[in-house]
Amino acid sequence: MAAELGHLSLWVALAAALVLAIFPLIGVYRRVEPWQRYARPLAWLQWLALTVAMVCLGYSFYINDFSVTYVANHSNSNLPLGYRLSAIWGGHEGSLLLWGWMLGGWTALVGLFSRKVPLPMVVRVLSVMGMIAVGFLAFMLFTSNPFDRSLPWFPIDGADLNPLLQDPGLIIHPPMLYMGYVGFSVAFAFAVAGLLAGNLDPAWARWARPWTTVAWSFLTVGIALGSWWAYYELGWGGWWFWDPVENASLLPWLAGTALIHSLAVSEKRNLFRAWTVLLAIVTFSMSLLGTFLVRSGVLTSVHAFANDPSRGAFILGFLVVVAGGALTLFALRAGRLKGQGGFKPVSREAFLLGNNLMLLTATFAVLMGTLYPLLGEVLDVKVSIRADYFNGFFVPLTLVLMAILVPGMISNWKRQDGRPLLRRMLMLAPAALIAGFFGARLPGDTPWVGTLAIMLALFLVFAHLDDTVRRSLAYNRGFWSGLGKLGRGYYGMVLAHCGVAVLVAGVTVVSFHEVERDVRMAPGDVAEVGGYRFEFDTLSEYAGPNFDSRKGHFLVSRDGRPVTEMNPEKRTFRASGQVMTEAAIDPGLMRDLYVALGEPLDGNAWAVRIYHKPMIRWIWLGALIMALGGALALTDARYRKKLGRGKADADGEVVYE
Amino acid sequence: MSKASPWVFLPLVAFVALAVLLASGLGRNPEELPSALAGKPVPEFSRPSLLNDRTLTEELLTGRWQLLNVWGTWCPTCYIEHPYLLELARAGIPIIGLDYKDEDAKARDYLAEYGNPFREVIVDADGQLGLDLGVYGAPETFLISPRGEIVLRHVGELNQRVWDEKFAPVLQQAGENPGVAP
Repeated sequence: MAAELGHLSLWVALAAALVLAIFPLIGVYRRVEPWQRYARPLAWLQWLALTVAMVCLGYSFYINDFSVTYVANHSNSNLPLGYRLSAIWGGHEGSLLLWGWMLGGWTALVGLFSRKVPLPMVVRVLSVMGMIAVGFLAFMLFTSNPFDRSLPWFPIDGADLNPLLQDPGLIIHPPMLYMGYVGFSVAFAFAVAGLLAGNLDPAWARWARPWTTVAWSFLTVGIALGSWWAYYELGWGGWWFWDPVENASLLPWLAGTALIHSLAVSEKRNLFRAWTVLLAIVTFSMSLLGTFLVRSGVLTSVHAFANDPSRGAFILGFLVVVAGGALTLFALRAGRLKGQGGFKPVSREAFLLGNNLMLLTATFAVLMGTLYPLLGEVLDVKVSIRADYFNGFFVPLTLVLMAILVPGMISNWKRQDGRPLLRRMLMLAPAALIAGFFGARLPGDTPWVGTLAIMLALFLVFAHLDDTVRRSLAYNRGFWSGLGKLGRGYYGMVLAHCGVAVLVAGVTVVSFHEVERDVRMAPGDVAEVGGYRFEFDTLSEYAGPNFDSRKGHFLVSRDGRPVTEMNPEKRTFRASGQVMTEAAIDPGLMRDLYVALGEPLDGNAWAVRIYHKPMIRWIWLGALIMALGGALALTDARYRKKLGRGKADADGEVVYE
Repeated sequence: MSKASPWVFLPLVAFVALAVLLASGLGRNPEELPSALAGKPVPEFSRPSLLNDRTLTEELLTGRWQLLNVWGTWCPTCYIEHPYLLELARAGIPIIGLDYKDEDAKARDYLAEYGNPFREVIVDADGQLGLDLGVYGAPETFLISPRGEIVLRHVGELNQRVWDEKFAPVLQQAGENPGVAP
């Protein structure tokens, strides 16, 4: 019965979303307040119904109800409970349900935490989110219902889940991504609500900003998790492949990063108004595009989402209604969104505009690279796009972005005197020199791009430390007391920017100094990789519960001192005959060592894969620090009631509300 | 209300262009071959083999019904598809691999690790042959007739359902062993 209850709940949620999308909005236009007051309860009802649906699907997995097609296709009775439950989002239909449930959750939360926002605005926002939910729920119910049963003949047991996909990293990866994707719908709803209202309240940026920051933080963690999974599970030592699926998550991230910076300008200076609205629309549209590029069966092809023509058509139609509708509204109303006041070419606004342009250029280039097969076919041009294409623009854009970050952060709003800015930049020059020294000491030949990237990363960190000290001293109440006066929004920004530095340092070092070697080794042989000495000590065999294994024992030493012992395995599963390589990874903050047994060669020898990956962990660490910065900024006093008096915010400005 | 400048329509125009592009991909069933290659012979090529020292040419794809599977170690879906390819190979379906935009060492390790369903693997490191075949991405599977002509094409994961619906009927019609029983 659980499946039927879940199915029913979806219809209830659709009904609630439909009413939410229409009825309270009419109340706004007719100025009937009691109608408007229905918006919040409807949002809660919608979320409640979706929660019931989630629980029902989870229960169907829990009791192994294989008469439900979706359960039969994504689970089997031997699967551990944890994987059975996470199989809820293991396929297309369930992912949509998770998406819808999160959207419902965000809608309910917006209803809950918007007491300070005028009611008509809240109603418009909730209604817009209701419209999005209508599209999603209709899509689910009409083309991708997770509760469909295959009666009367249903399988005794479910399909086997690929072992590669049974992994903790992969379990929390999609929910994190979706939290990000869906979270951007709040900023989108605020933007569209503002356009609907005709006059955008200057406060809209302050309302929309924390939601956008949370969404961005989740998405950052989600992308990092995906990269980490690809590294240790798909292995082969890579951490980013410019795969369409990865690009699909990067697109909303890039646009969203531009958005959170543009929102800062809109909040502080009431400028870039039309621009910020446009970015909010673009960011969420990218999220939709990303979701569908990924969630459509075939992972690697853009044609993915046409896998099932009716689904593809629905998706495209939905995208056209949401993005096309919002952009039409934008075109009609943007003229009213002129900002007040201006800014000089040297000012924080100008640098943030530069930031936005860089990020949007990157978004556009990634989009083009991802859609190239389609584009090439329509234009009848055959183009082959490889990682070189993406790296070719991404590296310079990142460097320019980092170069304008520091002057942007230390500049004043509106107008910045060039001289003091230049003086402060030059005072940081010794730091840059140290950076240069550090860069020069990197092992091997680092190309100038690498040295430059390391210098910029260190420059970034020094500049933020310097800025923190200056700002806290500026209160004239002593250093420590000043430190306490700086708001969490400011510290969040510092942290996030330092995260960028950590990530860039990691990417640079691992890109230029990693060593990947494939060597022929027999027990007793020694290989030198990345300054480490790998001795193939012994090869042993043992029997596992359902596999036989051949295990290599490697002694790793450096400069004569033992570092670690590594035991890569080759397992043959008795039932299927499938062979799995268990690589040995010795992780470390400064380097990862990786040893894997390739194929057996003649005699006792093996093709052995040995990697030395310096600082690869910094990539994910940097992303985590960025997300942490976002989370910290969220706890800023000005988002909490009653406390937001006279604290410096994310931009170091003291605001009095 | 101030006068709107024409640039505000730019995002809408750009989006419409994107939507048309996506719709053009939608209108054509992607699992079917672009008409340009249907019934045409496989383009000429001369590529090294991943498995031995031979140089492979289009000759390899003639003489019998065969599958040409485009894969790469960088392609997540290929990992998912792989067990099914092994099953097909065990059922006696000859499969030729096309290692697309990949590194040889990694590809060899991949086959050693997960098993090799391929009779022969064509190395296409720069992706040129894939480009000539009109490949969008991995995995893709082509059904090649004994005369070396492309009969069928499937974009994305090859599994039992796809096999039963698309490949098996064609092979049966040709009087061939359709492999894995439905």
